[in-house]
This record gives sequence, structure tokens and C-alpha cells, in this order.
Amino acid sequence: MTRYLRTLRRFWSASFSAEMEYRANFVVATVVSVLNLVGGVFTIWLFFTGRDDLGGWSMTQALLVMGIFTLLSGVSDALLVPNLSRIVHFVQQGTLDYVLLKPIDSQYYLSTRNLSPWGLPNILFGLGVISYCVVKLDLPPSAFGIAALAVALAMAVVYSLWFMLASITIWFVKVYNVTHVLQSFMEAGKYPMSAFPHAYRVVLTFVIPVAFMTTVPAQLILGKAGGDWFAIAAMLAVGLFIVSRLWWRFALRFYTSASS
Amino acid sequence: MLRRTRTLLSVSFAHMLEYRAELFLWMLASVMPFIMMGLWVSASSDESANYALGPLEFARYFIAMFIVRQLTMIWVIWDFEWHVVEGRLSPYLLQPMDPVWRFIAGHVAERGARGPFVLVLLVLFFVLYPDAWWVPALRDVGLCVLAVVLAFLLRFMMQYTMAMGCFWVERASGMEAMTFALYMFLSGMVAPLEIFPPSVREIAMWTPFPYLVYFPSTLLVDSAGAAAGGLDIARGFAVLTGWLVVFTLLNRWLWRMGLKHYSAMGA
Repeated sequence: MTRYLRTLRRFWSASFSAEMEYRANFVVATVVSVLNLVGGVFTIWLFFTGRDDLGGWSMTQALLVMGIFTLLSGVSDALLVPNLSRIVHFVQQGTLDYVLLKPIDSQYYLSTRNLSPWGLPNILFGLGVISYCVVKLDLPPSAFGIAALAVALAMAVVYSLWFMLASITIWFVKVYNVTHVLQSFMEAGKYPMSAFPHAYRVVLTFVIPVAFMTTVPAQLILGKAGGDWFAIAAMLAVGLFIVSRLWWRFALRFYTSASS
Repeated sequence: MLRRTRTLLSVSFAHMLEYRAELFLWMLASVMPFIMMGLWVSASSDESANYALGPLEFARYFIAMFIVRQLTMIWVIWDFEWHVVEGRLSPYLLQPMDPVWRFIAGHVAERGARGPFVLVLLVLFFVLYPDAWWVPALRDVGLCVLAVVLAFLLRFMMQYTMAMGCFWVERASGMEAMTFALYMFLSGMVAPLEIFPPSVREIAMWTPFPYLVYFPSTLLVDSAGAAAGGLDIARGFAVLTGWLVVFTLLNRWLWRMGLKHYSAMGA
């Protein structure tokens, strides 16, 4: 375990210094985050020009959902995108062999090797919006603890789905775009699930569990959902994570190196 | 000239057919209009809701927007960046044809390969939601086609102009990332501009963004209705053409400056 933590520190300090070569990216990432935040708030506000709620949620409550979405996309930019989008290159160039030979869990290596600091603006804005909503809605301080736990569970769901989709490239190198499909469906996570028509909700809960990424955490923070929802979210997160590990092992059985 | 165009298009088309699987996934990844449609239809279905549009109009707007977006999808900045970074641009420069035609042909041919997927999705949509079906007036179709062609050219030119940055810095796609956020919120992708507060709408209509998505889409739904709702169609076409001219001139100027600066990486 300590070995894994030690390597993690090495991984991240190495990729941090590498990314520092491209400091201009930080300006880009910050400007993009600011524009997205302003645009996102504007969009939610537009819904309130014609009625007083969005699927039964108040403006501040809906903002909480967007805050969680912003935080999740920041973490994805920092960790998921720089790592999981490289799996296809490892497969294409046959360098996955070297990863598999390393005396470290291959899924761990593939998922943590890189850390991109450019997710930071979104992480900070996400935390800011969540804090603003918690304070504005007069929620007890324990809401922050619930938020931390709920967002962690949501992140586990996002990670597991993303990793499983990214590892499809073991079979089909050409479908590396498939993670974009997940990302575009996740756009729906900017808004509370109850604002969607019934058929959408079914798809976004059972087919692609976007509901568990933002709406359920928000409901837990707001106290709209009780402990049983916590249990469901935890089971889904842990379950999907276990499935992702089994899936990776299964996929590796089909890996035939490209180089040899 | 005609023969050259045909060859270029058929080569690009064959190239695109190789990527059918990716095309299909890109299609699946363009669910944004459907997400926003769900939200707006649901929000406006309520008796108490008070928007400038009703649920059916929202549904039609967003399905028209889906079509428009499919027809105006542009990725030239990444393509160009790749060509510059990999040193692939150099051989094209030796040919007696401006490389821009290759990029345009690639985009046009891709529409052909994408077409069948779009049709299937449209049929599926109207089967699931027959109430939203409408037959646009012939005049509206004509106006929309004209607007789509101009929107395609404008978006292409905007990206291609930013792509010229590749001559000076290695990664120019950062510029696109920044304008994409503006495109997302000002172009009418999140809501038709009728919903915007009048002041924001007025400002937005002077920027190029609404002409890339909102303008062609709303023309296809009901141009007469849009005009009654305060859309000046003639002025719209004038602003659209104006921006197209501005970006084309800027682009040609930067292209000439850039070529002088070009050091042919990897060559």
C-alpha cells in the first residue's frame, strides 16, 4: 500500500513538471472554466425566466447540481482524460506490454500515471459553487461532510464507466471515441434529473447512470434523499468499481501485442 | 477544375467511409440538442410555464438544430494543427493547389458519409415523437439551406483563421477551446434566442455565434414566425455575410504572413 502511495507521488510530481512546460494552457483552462461557469449559470437562470422551479428545484438547489458537475469535470480533466485517453496509444503501439510487465497493478498504473493541473480551475469553481449553495441554503455544517462522501462515490461511478469504455480499445482500436459518447451524455448531469421527461430519466438512471453522478449527491447534500439512497449510491459505486476490475482482467485475456 | 473537385471529393469520401465506426460514435456523442430539448419541452409543458415558445416549438427548434449542427460540424483546426506538427503540410505546399481545398473537401465528403446515420436518427425521432413532425414551407427550406451553407463556411473560416496560429505557436487549438465556450452559450445551443433577455439577444445577434446554429435552425422551423418574434432575416444574412468576409480576409492575410514564418517542422 505504501509502495503504491510512494509511486503515486513520483508519478504526479513527474507529470506535473512535464505539464509545466505548457504553462499557457493554464490561461486557456481558466478562461474556459470561467466562460463555462458563467454560461452554465446563465442557462439555468433562463429556465427561471418562465417559471419558479426547474423540475421542482429552486435556483440555488439547481446551482448545487451544476457545482457538483463542475467539480466532477475538473477531476476528470485532471485525472481521467490524461490517463484513460492514452490506453488506446498503449494498445496501438504495443507499449502496453511494458505496462503489464511492471511490478505494479496495470489498472492502477494506467489510471494514475498522469496528473494534469489544468483541471484545477474547474475543481476550485466547483468547490466554490457547492460551498456557496450550502451556505445560501442554510444547511448544517455536516452538509460538507456529506458532500465530500457523496461526490467521492459519484467520482467512483464516473471513473469505473470511463475506464471500462476506454478499455474497449483492447478489442477495437478504432473506437477510442467511445468515451466522448459518455462525456456528452454526462452533459445532462448539469441539471436535476427531475427536470427531464420520464423516458430520459429512465435512460439516465439505468442505462447511463448520470443521475448518480450529480443529482443523487445533490439530493443527499440537501437532505432530500435519506440514508437508503446513500446505501444505493455506495453499492453502485463499489459495484461498478469491482466490475471495472473484473472487466479489465477479462479484456487483457484478449490482448495480443501489436509489436510482436 | 470540375474534374479536380470530383477527384478530391471522391478521395475524401472513400477516406471517410473507412471511419464509419468513428462517425457513428461521433453521432451518438451529439446528444446535446436532445438533452436541451428534453429540458425545455418538459419545462414548457406545465400550464403555469410562461416562455416565448411552447413545447412543440421547442421540440422542432432543437431537432432543426440537430440537423444544422450535423451539417456544420467543423474540425479543421485539429486537422491543420496535426498537419503542421507532423510536417505533413509541406508536401501540400508544393502542389499547385491551395491546401484549404483539401480541408474543405474533407469536410464536405464527411457529410455524405454521415448522412445515412442522421436520416436514421431523424426517422427514429419522429416515430417516437410524431407530434413534433412538421413540413417546413418551401421558402423556409430555401432560406435554411442558404443559411446552412453560409454558416458552414463561416464556422470553417473562423476555425481556419485560428488554425493559422499554428504557424507561430505549436498548439493553436487552445483558441478554439475558448471560443467554443462562447459558441456553446451564444449560438443558441442551450436555448433559442427568443428566450434570452432582449438586451443579451441584441448583443448576441451582432456576434457571429447565433448565425452558426440559431439562425439556420429557426429559419427551418418557421421563418415567418421568427420574423414576427423580432428576427430581422435580411439583417441576419447581412451580418452573417459580413463576418464571413471579415474572417476570410483575415485568414488570407494570416496565411500569407504565416507561410513566411513557417519552418516546416519534421521536414
